[in-house]
Amino acid sequence: MLTIANHPFSSRLLTGSGKFSNATVMRDAVSASGSALVTLAMKRVAANHSNDATLRALRGLDITLLPNTSGAKTAEEAVFAAELAYEAIGSQWIKLEIHPEQRYLLPDPIETLKAAEALVKKGYYVLPYCGADPVLCKRLEEVGCAAVMPLGSPIGSNQGLQTKPFIEIIVEQSHVPVIVDAGIGKPSDAMAAMEMGVDGVLVNTAIATAKDPVTMAGAFARAVETGRIAYEAGLGTTSTRAAATSPLTAFLEPS
Amino acid sequence: MQVAKALLQQDLSDIALSVNSKTAKDVERALAKTSRDLHDFMALISPAAAPYLEEMAALSQQLTRHRFGNTMNLFVPLYLSNLCANECSYCGFTMSNKIKRTTLTISEIQQEIDAISGMGFSQVLLVTGEHESKVGLDYFMATLKAIREHVSYLMMEVQPLKQTEYVALKQLGLDAVLVYQETYSPQHYAKYHTRGKKQDFLWRLGTSDRVGAAGIDKIGIGALLGLGNWRVDSVMTALHGQLIQQHYWRSRVAISFPRLRRCEGNDNNASALALPNESQLLQLICAHRLFNPQAEVSLSTRESARFRDGALSLGVTSMSAASQTQPGGYSQPSSALNQFDIDDNRPVKDVINAIEQQGLEPVWKDWLRFPHVG
Repeated sequence: MLTIANHPFSSRLLTGSGKFSNATVMRDAVSASGSALVTLAMKRVAANHSNDATLRALRGLDITLLPNTSGAKTAEEAVFAAELAYEAIGSQWIKLEIHPEQRYLLPDPIETLKAAEALVKKGYYVLPYCGADPVLCKRLEEVGCAAVMPLGSPIGSNQGLQTKPFIEIIVEQSHVPVIVDAGIGKPSDAMAAMEMGVDGVLVNTAIATAKDPVTMAGAFARAVETGRIAYEAGLGTTSTRAAATSPLTAFLEPS
Repeated sequence: MQVAKALLQQDLSDIALSVNSKTAKDVERALAKTSRDLHDFMALISPAAAPYLEEMAALSQQLTRHRFGNTMNLFVPLYLSNLCANECSYCGFTMSNKIKRTTLTISEIQQEIDAISGMGFSQVLLVTGEHESKVGLDYFMATLKAIREHVSYLMMEVQPLKQTEYVALKQLGLDAVLVYQETYSPQHYAKYHTRGKKQDFLWRLGTSDRVGAAGIDKIGIGALLGLGNWRVDSVMTALHGQLIQQHYWRSRVAISFPRLRRCEGNDNNASALALPNESQLLQLICAHRLFNPQAEVSLSTRESARFRDGALSLGVTSMSAASQTQPGGYSQPSSALNQFDIDDNRPVKDVINAIEQQGLEPVWKDWLRFPHVG
């Protein structure tokens, strides 16, 4: 059970609704993933919401929609997108994404912090996509974000947990859920993240662009579950500490 | 003018020599890399890469799906005016052509927008000839004010403007500017452009700097293939895109590959030898994708239905469909005033079917219009 802002979610795997070949495959994959929180790009939603194929397909599922602010390049634009999401689907949940950089879609930490503060004040549950910067994550927590979503590697890159040492610090220090977003390419990456003790992972590209998205969604669901069980069971430590064969401190003992 | 400056420093005859000297080994090295430089691009568009087209297509498809997902953006061109104050020997709008000239009024533009919306489109490319005094900033501003709320993403392909003009249009909701250099060779450029403001090669070359500095979301570039050496022009286009990404990192880059087509007054046969054939065009699309995984790639109705259907999943990210290239063409079809002849003239639903057959989802809207722009 994943709890964000006192709301329980039945799965620690978050998925996205973009990049699929059609709305039916998307719906079946989301369903197979068991996700309870599913992102939706407001920029893709048709102006006439009732007509939107993606939205219609998602409405049939027992999930909470997590609209995102993708396309926003500044804090003001992100706040606007969040307000639009509230008007369109009545969502107080918002995945805050501000990436003015167009090649690697890297999040802008300054604009993200500004927007997070403004949106929290307006009453949103804010889940910010951010760099794996432990200090930034503390700042986002301080302004009231419901969770933090540091990246594992550049978005859509499927490079896995390149930011592992920083994610470890974020997990250690955070008082809000830590959800690894971006870069998770394989179920084994998702499992590795869960074994580290993160609270959840968000996977979109790796599922949507798999040859068989529905089966892949199921594979991720199991990997996330297994990784969490392993974390809770307490992983055996792989020790790097030296153990001298003749004790170095034996001389302290009375002879 | 950092981008234009860097482009001007290139030695085009050196590039031609480099491309022609590439061997199968260079191609294999380029294919094996995960991050490719301009020399790899040269190898991939060289004659030596022709036998590797199948492998290039597979890699290009993979990179495209990875970055853009299983989607295809759909847009439609909207021709506003065929007035032109330039003499360009390859173009149907050229000044000396005795064709009926027309510029749509605001109410005619609104009728066109209604017709386009009825076809399903909301991503629109406004196109004009180049006539600064009659179809200039005031006309563009009035047009944007009238139609912006009916369009989800607004692109323009008109004459190069000043930076302050781009800023003004951005405030009215302009999202993308497409200005093709036609050819990056000043000598070839001078040969085809014999009268009017378009003769100014440097003013055109500096457009991407002005658009980037104005903070426009997307910058479209390309060469009109067939005017000069298409391989050299393509190397310059690839470099141009990379330079824009480095200097104007908030803007996206979109690349087009228009091949010269027959038009009113010129069958453009004289240049036919210099045109890339369909295999070479596909090689070019794939080479751009392998060199620049993030660039958007557009394929217009200039190309045949057969080619578009085959190539659409191999690197392309946006397509037009059922395009009309004469002003007023959607609400009052007539073929009298076309800029050039299109090839794929299937109705929208046939193009949608073809896209879905390739396992891709047609995307009609992919943008939010933010109120606080500027």
